[in-house]
Amino acid sequence: MSAPLSEVDVAATTSRAADTGPWRLAMRRLRRDRVAMVALTVLAVFVAAALFAPLVAPYPPNAQPDIVGLARVAPSWSHPFGTDIFSRDVLSRVIYGARISLGVATLAILLAMSAGTAWGAVAGYAGGATDAVMMRIIDALLSVPRILILLLVLGLWGNISLPMLVLVLGLTGWFGTSRLVRERVRALSKQDFTLAARAIGARDIRVLWRHVLPNALSPVIVAATLGIGNVIVLEAALSYLGIGVRPPHASWGNIIEDGADQIGSAWWIALFPGLAMLVTVIAFNLLGDALRDALDPRDERRP
Amino acid sequence: MRRLLAARAAQAVVVVAIVATIVFALTHLAPGDPFATAIGTGELHPAQREALRARYGFDRPIAEQYVMYLRNVARGDLGWSFSRSRPVAEALATAVPNTLLLMGTALLLSLALGVAAGLVQAARRDSAIDRGSSAILLVFYSMPDFWLALMMMLAFAYALPIFPVSGMIDPVMHEYLGTWGRIADRARHLVLPATTLTLLITAAIARHQRAALLDAARADYTRTAKAKGLTGRAVLLRHTLRNSIGTTITLVGLMFPALLGGAVLVETVFAWPGMGQLATSAITTRDYSLVTAAAIIGAVMTVVGSAIADILTAVADPRLRER
Repeated sequence: MSAPLSEVDVAATTSRAADTGPWRLAMRRLRRDRVAMVALTVLAVFVAAALFAPLVAPYPPNAQPDIVGLARVAPSWSHPFGTDIFSRDVLSRVIYGARISLGVATLAILLAMSAGTAWGAVAGYAGGATDAVMMRIIDALLSVPRILILLLVLGLWGNISLPMLVLVLGLTGWFGTSRLVRERVRALSKQDFTLAARAIGARDIRVLWRHVLPNALSPVIVAATLGIGNVIVLEAALSYLGIGVRPPHASWGNIIEDGADQIGSAWWIALFPGLAMLVTVIAFNLLGDALRDALDPRDERRP
Repeated sequence: MRRLLAARAAQAVVVVAIVATIVFALTHLAPGDPFATAIGTGELHPAQREALRARYGFDRPIAEQYVMYLRNVARGDLGWSFSRSRPVAEALATAVPNTLLLMGTALLLSLALGVAAGLVQAARRDSAIDRGSSAILLVFYSMPDFWLALMMMLAFAYALPIFPVSGMIDPVMHEYLGTWGRIADRARHLVLPATTLTLLITAAIARHQRAALLDAARADYTRTAKAKGLTGRAVLLRHTLRNSIGTTITLVGLMFPALLGGAVLVETVFAWPGMGQLATSAITTRDYSLVTAAAIIGAVMTVVGSAIADILTAVADPRLRER
């Protein structure tokens, strides 16, 4: 008879411990944040539309049913976002464009955050001359305007594939993150729990991976959420300049490019993909701000 | 102050050298050369192409080209622009002032508006004004620069034809205008691109300024100022603002590369004949010397921008001057 009772006790203690853990606490704060939940819902809808594009989109993205009669049709019931100069349905292109725009940005930010975390963690944990050299390199890289490198690489190499675009966007976006991680890792490596882990004989790589990095992750998560909006806009800007995502792929940026020289007559071609992008970026920024508040250990206003 | 300037100058040289090297490596690793397709003149005969390559030193070993190029850059010789058929320095001399005019106007306006907006918001924290303006600022903060430029064009050049669609001067009438007429013509063309940039930069500055003011409002010196009986306005303007403005100036310095990127896109949309336009057209025509020069000027502008930010921060904060 006493066995079930003790099991209950154990369950009660563990759940209490989990409730007060920093991640659980952050998640609970986030769930209570109405703005964050709205942002998350909007993003979920957009991601779902992108994933199930063939089911959601009313037309195929590159179908040109009647290049003379159906070109540049103003928004109507059959074409809610109108059609472009090749009679393609803008709504369908925006939905398919979400696949490319969201996909490219997500992969690029994952790559950037991994690279930045690795670089910053090694520099911060090693300290001394290694740290100094690694951080001076970051200083130099940060003073080169990113758009310049992107213009050069994408412009000079010509027709670039999507994986290459992700690679280039990712590898030019991690310098700031590495600074962030380095500062956190430096602070954490001086703390008692790191010292304790080392005292019981854990090797550096284990201390870094198991003890230091998990505690350094929250600013990276915030930076990634806030940064993804930036990458979406950056990719769109490059596609707008004609050197990012190339036709026949639809991305929000190159749909806007299609509409740019029609802005005086067929304004809907450039308006709607931009609105989709604006809503997405606002949602990511709201979510990022909310995550920062939720993950802030100093903030004791909310339980 | 003098040590700060010396350190900045040394850093500037290093950064420019790095940029020059990166650009050199990228242009020479990239497939093709300026003569692969001669824009506007049709296909070149292979022998003709070889002759051109030899004449401009493209047939030399890469190491020799690199040394030659660094020596020329150090001497200030930026070379010849193939696509514009004029020295690179001349092409830059017309483009750089245009970009500085656009960016300078936008930056000054944004600093004034952004700091003011942040002040109003922080003074009335959590009020309807604070919430409402925060929402509007977030929208502009999230807005893609080139898209806002297109929408401004749609609204104020097509739907309400108040301002010219693009360019910097009226292509026909400018010649016939007097001095004041020409200035007014330029100003009219400046309004839309400058407003676009101002809206975007103001949003970034105001968001930061509000947070910095609220941070400073929690500091001990603010409590001291309140304790000695100063009014709320005096505390905010003389103590809190003074202490928070430094971080805003630093932010603007750090934002410089992004500002330059924004200017590139806004210039492209409005066909504003500045650095952005120069750089994009140089890349599409594979005009290597112009590409390199544009990149170096971009790096110099970045370094100078952050140096000015450093100096201004030191001016605003006497503690930094001591060091």
